[in-house]
Amino acid sequence: MTTNATPTQAAPVRRRGIEAARARQAIWLLLPTLIAIAVVAGYPLYRTFFFSLYEANLTTPGERTFLGLGNFWFTTEEGVPLGFLQDPKWWTAVKNTLLFTVVSVFLETVFGMIIALVVNSAFKGRAFLRTAMLVPWAIPTVVSAQMWAYMYNDSFGLVGRGILGGQALLADVDSAIWAMIAVDVWKTTSFMALLILAGLQSLPSDMYEAADMDGASKWTQFWRMTLPLLRPALLVALVFRSLDALRVFDIMYVMLGANTASSTSMTGYARQALIDNSLLGLGSAVAVAIFLIIMVIVVIYVTAFRVKFD
Amino acid sequence: MKKALAIVGLTATLGAASQGSAVTLTLACGTVGQELQLCKDGAARWAKKTGNTVNIFESPNLTNDRLGLYQQQLAARSSDIDVYQLDVIWPGLLSQHFVDLKGKIPAAEVNAHFKGIVDANTVNGKLVSMPWFTDAGLLYYRTDLLRKYGYSAPPKTWAQLATMAKKIQDGERGANSTFAGYVWQGKNYEGLTCNALEWVSSFGGGTIVDGTGRITVNNTKMAAALDAAASWIRTISPAGVTTYGEEEARGIFQSGNAAFMRNWPYAWALGQSADSKVKGKIGVAPLPAGPGGKPAATLGGWNLGVSSYSKNQAAAVDLVRYLTSPAEQKIRAIEGTYNPTIQALYKDQAILKANPFFGSLLSVFTNAVPRPSAPTRGKYNQVSQAFSTAVSDVLNGKSKGQAAVAKLSTDLARIKGRGF
Repeated sequence: MTTNATPTQAAPVRRRGIEAARARQAIWLLLPTLIAIAVVAGYPLYRTFFFSLYEANLTTPGERTFLGLGNFWFTTEEGVPLGFLQDPKWWTAVKNTLLFTVVSVFLETVFGMIIALVVNSAFKGRAFLRTAMLVPWAIPTVVSAQMWAYMYNDSFGLVGRGILGGQALLADVDSAIWAMIAVDVWKTTSFMALLILAGLQSLPSDMYEAADMDGASKWTQFWRMTLPLLRPALLVALVFRSLDALRVFDIMYVMLGANTASSTSMTGYARQALIDNSLLGLGSAVAVAIFLIIMVIVVIYVTAFRVKFD
Repeated sequence: MKKALAIVGLTATLGAASQGSAVTLTLACGTVGQELQLCKDGAARWAKKTGNTVNIFESPNLTNDRLGLYQQQLAARSSDIDVYQLDVIWPGLLSQHFVDLKGKIPAAEVNAHFKGIVDANTVNGKLVSMPWFTDAGLLYYRTDLLRKYGYSAPPKTWAQLATMAKKIQDGERGANSTFAGYVWQGKNYEGLTCNALEWVSSFGGGTIVDGTGRITVNNTKMAAALDAAASWIRTISPAGVTTYGEEEARGIFQSGNAAFMRNWPYAWALGQSADSKVKGKIGVAPLPAGPGGKPAATLGGWNLGVSSYSKNQAAAVDLVRYLTSPAEQKIRAIEGTYNPTIQALYKDQAILKANPFFGSLLSVFTNAVPRPSAPTRGKYNQVSQAFSTAVSDVLNGKSKGQAAVAKLSTDLARIKGRGF
């Protein structure tokens, strides 16, 4: 249909200039994509916002009662707090997710930078190393999480038994969160390195030759030239990783199980409310809260660091 | 005329053919221990007998994961799965999505099953699912090790268990550094609710929520039971016991690395199988009692229900009827120690020969303590999560029994809200 419409409309438009015709054509070409986005992203998002205002059950979404913002904050006449923002477990999940995000993204950036600088310099076997370093990232998270859960096992695991001598790291949320940061760093550092490497490769090499001539040390070159010029690439990488880490789900769910995961990750809390407890309304409200938290963090990032996505 | 007759004839044959033609059903089976194989075998026997086909859907191992998956299927009114294997705590939660089997399966056949289990499957007069096998927590012990350390009988109280497990563990550690006295299910999931309910009930601490929906957790006996369990960790149970489910505990016991284990009956057949390191060295007893209390076992068990969204309901009902029949339950009891739900089978000589403890522990199975799924209805899952999380906090040393039950009481009030 769109292909038929375009030429007939393009003919009269040509007089007004080729630019306008192009713009109109672009809209027609974009239309299928916009429809697809509306169907697969817009509608579910709308439904989530919609259900966050209702009390509804997952198995019978048709029977629902309007609650307004009651899923977020609601105290009954007897003084029983029912909103999830009044649930200490939700705040534990938020605290743990933020801790996980800050520490793992920081470590990934530092290690990623070191690895990127190493594989950016010319040496034999560089191509092989660049491919090999991506292996942890290529393994599906569910698989690597299960693999690490075995390694952390206190009676037969390489780490739990072999290195720590029978400690159960995953038994306790406070130590488990560090065990999971280790898994995430192991897994995603290479992705960070890849993004930083792409930035490094765009830096002109003659600039470094000039710096060498002027007698600047390698250390000065890194702090005064590489790092400032790398800033845009680094910030984009940071935004990507922070968003990923904030919605972390699979590592916690696989390694800790549904109940414990609900107090270590915001998404785990949302899933438990929505699926295990079939609280469609409350679960949607939690999902909306996660959406807002992530949006606020993105806005802060983008405005504070003037990140440009182009 | 001739033509018309031919058409009528053709339609008749087609109709007959479609009525007798084979259908394809999908059966969702559990995958713990031998469950999957036995489920496949049973379905294959029915398929062979009726000429239909049965596809097996492999469900996740942990019951919580299974429920999540099923709820999504049922909420979407999916016809992908015809027959579901349902946990004994689910009928209240899922009843509206299942066919009423009352009247579809003869009353005499239904009444042959334990009344308590049939009742648990009946919601507002609707028979949601048919009992398939029943479960109750049991204490497994190593007969050879008890003898070696001078004990003639399994422990009767938790305190005795702790003493015996400690002595055996200390003795065995010399040769085997990973040896544990007692293993059980301490991971924060439904299995921990079952384990903890046994401790609490045997200490006389009630059943979390009573029959009328009143929250009864804030009592000293429950607190004492949780403190006692916490004292086992790192003394007779490995630190990692708080990450174990059924299969992790069984793995340790069956490889000869534990003196005692709490588990369901299915572990017996696997422990006695040819590749088991403890074959011929296992004893089974009721779980120990708390101070001044009686031993308690949590009622478990699985049932089969027909989805309302199934396209072949008649055939699906027939499959359920076949799989829950005495003949099938007998095969499952002999091959996999799955407890029959039919009283008469507990006198069957072939079954008693394969599972010598069935006869003597019949009272454990018939008097098992139900989890409070009936009074808490659709909120059972939340109640169970809050309970197992409170228990988990005590086990991990984050909280003491008394503080944990006080907090649990508030949490449960919050979940109850305007009522269960």
